[in-house]
Amino acid sequence: MKADSELSKKTALHSTIPAIYRSPGDKVFKLIIFTLSSAIVLLAAAMAIILYIEGRPAFRAFGHASFLSNTVWDPVAGIHGALPFIMGTLITSFGALLLAILPALGVAVFTTEFAPKGLAQIINYMVDLLAAIPSVIIGLWGIFNFAPFMREKVYSPLYFWATEHAPGLLPVLGAPSNYNLTTATIILALMIIPYTVALSRDAIAMVPQEQREACWALGATRWEVMSVAVLPYAKPGIIAGVLLSLARALGETMAVAMLIGNSNRVPFTLFGPAATMPSVIINEFREAVEHLHYSSIMAVGFYLFVLTMGINLVASAIQRKLMLKKGIS
Amino acid sequence: MNKKLQHQTAPEVRMETKKLSVIYNKTVYGVRDVDLPIYTNQVTALIGPSGCGKTTFLRSLNRMHELLPHALVTGQALLDGQDIYASKIDPVVIRRKVGMVFQKPTPFPSKSIYDNVAAGMKLVGIKKKSILDGVVEKALRDAALWDEVKDRLKSPGGSLSGGQQQRLSIARALAVEPEVLLMDEPTSSLDPNSTTRVEELIRELRQQVSIVIVTHNMQQAVRVSDYTAFFFVGEMVEHSPTKDLFEQPKEERTVEYLSGAFS
Repeated sequence: MKADSELSKKTALHSTIPAIYRSPGDKVFKLIIFTLSSAIVLLAAAMAIILYIEGRPAFRAFGHASFLSNTVWDPVAGIHGALPFIMGTLITSFGALLLAILPALGVAVFTTEFAPKGLAQIINYMVDLLAAIPSVIIGLWGIFNFAPFMREKVYSPLYFWATEHAPGLLPVLGAPSNYNLTTATIILALMIIPYTVALSRDAIAMVPQEQREACWALGATRWEVMSVAVLPYAKPGIIAGVLLSLARALGETMAVAMLIGNSNRVPFTLFGPAATMPSVIINEFREAVEHLHYSSIMAVGFYLFVLTMGINLVASAIQRKLMLKKGIS
Repeated sequence: MNKKLQHQTAPEVRMETKKLSVIYNKTVYGVRDVDLPIYTNQVTALIGPSGCGKTTFLRSLNRMHELLPHALVTGQALLDGQDIYASKIDPVVIRRKVGMVFQKPTPFPSKSIYDNVAAGMKLVGIKKKSILDGVVEKALRDAALWDEVKDRLKSPGGSLSGGQQQRLSIARALAVEPEVLLMDEPTSSLDPNSTTRVEELIRELRQQVSIVIVTHNMQQAVRVSDYTAFFFVGEMVEHSPTKDLFEQPKEERTVEYLSGAFS
């Protein structure tokens, strides 16, 4: 009896729905956004798979382990080891991150907590503008202004000082060349600062005002509010931001390729030329007529993909873990 | 105002405002010309409809308005006879003497329970573990939280329930031994059980600290306070012992508010 009446209620309800509410709009919309978003996932997966397939001859010829650990990259002799580029990429990226992190945090803290509104807006605008400069233009500036300046005023004096006073440093410094590891690292730092600033700025801006006020109410000074309440709260966001900047630095190609000098002779020196994974790809893809050479470049691309992907995954894992620990879900 | 009665029974004055106004954007008065005494070891409740200025007034008692660029405070707020807005007074020192608990619990979520309570002491440079241990235990006991957390002082403050977090915030404020504790609707985000616990706590705490509590709940004012001030549209309309204010209000507007004519 009861079930009966409920059934009739349901059908009654259904029949009274105006036609417009029964239109297939929602379903169509859902289908469209589902297709679009899965297409992006599939595209990324397809890229990785193609890189892997194209790199397979190189993997077959050298084996993954020795491809990654061999320091010789000699296309003429048909020997391809990716270690110099992996090292170059890691050194420049982590170096750039170390150089960028303090200035970037400083700018983020200053603009969110200390600067008057107008000044903060101007600074933020300039920082964003820095991100908008095409990489190739930064590379040009580096080639014609920054690199010669650094060699003349910084690297050479340091090198000559070391020859007289600290010969032990010479193997680390290396003979100063115009295009070298240090210059590329500094330029790379400059290029990731806007990302680190923007991401840590967002993380700091997300800290609830009550957290600051609670700290003020304990008799904290401005600096203490930052160090006790704001930065610890924003830490997961800042760390994730730093790691995302790192992923950017790993993949940054043009300016680095223009400034690093492109030498795969290891060990690298601070003032000597070096190479990175993106720089070897962009420098050699046109000349790769040998199948093995081409395949090895693809293999480098595959591992670059894996590296940046891995960093991104770690970034989101850290963020999630620290967030959970704080009890914020 | 029942001046005579107050003079007979009124205890020592801890804080007192004289013609205190808070002005936003140079034009809008948040509160205007408030004269209000805060008595030592008594609970003073501030009641009134939303937007009447009770929170604005509360925040003027420890110079929290200075954190907003658009607020200006005029008049005086005396703490132990000294104007906290005098030019040579450091607001940081005032906030150590006048603590605050907020609507939402505000533990530092990534810090441990222990470090949350010790945060204020560490700010004044007390880092010795033997001293901190004692302070933390006393503050947690005073905030009626000790028994629930004594075995997990190292777990993060964010892992506690809402009611526990609010008592942790109270413990943190108590640890620096303030003279006055300001509470801005401290139970508004809590469930009924936690509310009862915090109310009991407030009754007990008045033995060691003078309390000013903003509440939108008239029954709560009756339950916890000794004195009540009724605010309406930025003005302090009436201030008397709580019992008198609720049983024999003097002002027309108080009568109307208490009878539920507006809220």
